[in-house]
Amino acid sequence: MCKIETRKREADAYWRWPEYHGIVPGRDWKDADILTGGIDVGSVSSKAVIMTDGEVYSWGILRTGSNSADSAKKVLDWTLEGTGLKPEKIASIVGTGYGRVNVPMANKAITEIACHAKGANHIWGPTVRTILDVGGQDVKAISCDETGRVTSFLMNDKCAAGTGRGMEVFADLLKIPIEEVGEVSLTVDEEPEPVSSTCVVFAKSEAVGLLYAGWSKEKVLAAYMRAMAIRMCELVKRIGVKKDFVITGGQSKNVGIVTRIESILGVKRLPVADWKETGLDPMAAGAIGAALFAEALYSKSLKQ
Amino acid sequence: MITAGIDMGTQSVKVAILENGEIISIGFAFCGFNPKEAAEQAFEEALRKANLSFDKIEHITATGAGADKAINFDSTISMMGADAQAGAYFFPSARTIIDVGAEEARAVSCDENGNMLNFVLNARCAAGAGTFIEAMARALEVKLDELGPLSLKAEKASPINASCVIFAESDVISLIHRQESKPEIARAIYDAMAERISSMVRRLGIKPHVALMGGVAKDVGFVTSLKRKLGMELLIPQEPVFGGSVGAALTAAKRVG
Repeated sequence: MCKIETRKREADAYWRWPEYHGIVPGRDWKDADILTGGIDVGSVSSKAVIMTDGEVYSWGILRTGSNSADSAKKVLDWTLEGTGLKPEKIASIVGTGYGRVNVPMANKAITEIACHAKGANHIWGPTVRTILDVGGQDVKAISCDETGRVTSFLMNDKCAAGTGRGMEVFADLLKIPIEEVGEVSLTVDEEPEPVSSTCVVFAKSEAVGLLYAGWSKEKVLAAYMRAMAIRMCELVKRIGVKKDFVITGGQSKNVGIVTRIESILGVKRLPVADWKETGLDPMAAGAIGAALFAEALYSKSLKQ
Repeated sequence: MITAGIDMGTQSVKVAILENGEIISIGFAFCGFNPKEAAEQAFEEALRKANLSFDKIEHITATGAGADKAINFDSTISMMGADAQAGAYFFPSARTIIDVGAEEARAVSCDENGNMLNFVLNARCAAGAGTFIEAMARALEVKLDELGPLSLKAEKASPINASCVIFAESDVISLIHRQESKPEIARAIYDAMAERISSMVRRLGIKPHVALMGGVAKDVGFVTSLKRKLGMELLIPQEPVFGGSVGAALTAAKRVG
């Protein structure tokens, strides 16, 4: 089992998901030939991965602050904490995500679309063809080939409907901690009709009305999560669901969303290998891909 | 002849009573969770002010998103139809009517008789309606009626992601953390909103003169930004909030004959 450390949250901040970092057991950076890093500064969370010879050694996830460069530095420090490894030792770092151009320690910036496909290929293997990445402020559907190269993608980054932010808003509204919303939403006896509003703001008013009309918290949550899943699936259907299908990003850990997506698409996503054992965390798929690109870049530079 | 119009909005109910084409009374109530009760309140207020009893009203026309929840109405008219009627009533030269409410925004083109010719609307996204301004005022910790005057003090706008209320909230909070000036953030909020509305109106085609109605027309910050964005003056009635209800009351008068 990995050594995983989690930060506590304030009692009333239901939306605030736990920040954590971990070191994969049985690997030592001192034995490695090549040390590389990937830093994914997303709009809501920042992820970093350190790789030893192309395998995850340590990783960390933090909430993104108002400054991308600071967030990149903080998440790298968080990922190195307890390893005794100094950042200077890392041969190559690739920055990705929404804040990728502001990652000061990065040797190169690569789009999160490419990094997610690469990361998913590493986590689940060459059979992955369709990736749904649900981030904090965007949703992406990506098609890729057996090498993890992107063949096409679709993205919504204009609207909070169907994103992690929308889920946070509802966790706060219903006063249910965000790590529990998935389980709680599945406790309803019968799946309710989805809320009719697309917009998160309007859905919130609709939800308040439903609570007022006597609906239970669980039922309202289920109705909202159904609508979220429908919205995400529209994107996946447009790009075409080719097996194997996987889900990355924060919502890949939300069992309520995953279950509904599987029922809407009629396709099971590949199960997540025990990420706590292996460090193959689907929330860090972008950072994993970035660290792999960093390794490839470094190896190429050695040959030249 | 006395007629009434009732506008069942998402946030509030408005009632206008007309006698021979003149507005003689108006009533207003917030919806809360009971629109029917709000409708009664707004109606009672309007009747009381006009010193009228209910049976004196010959015809009541309802409009608004919750028109079916109005009380004792004889007929209904679409919100766009009511906008066109009211726009031409207030300003005979108006050919384009913009109506920005709490949760919806519309633009309607009309002829000199107040007949609707065409329309565009946004009812699916809060970023293009009054809710956007309310949410941003909350994020900025400024009272809603102070946000407009505050924005007028800015010389430029701070950039914000205004495609979505939820995302814009996070942006505004980041700007506050970075200690950007509040007037500049306020200006950015209105500019973003005005951009949304003007691109919607451009889809319809802008035919002067342009009238602005709905609750947001009372916000000096929004009006200033929209004028700048459209590059023209806007005709605004004294009580822009009652546009829909006046339009409905005018429709009622036509239906009586």
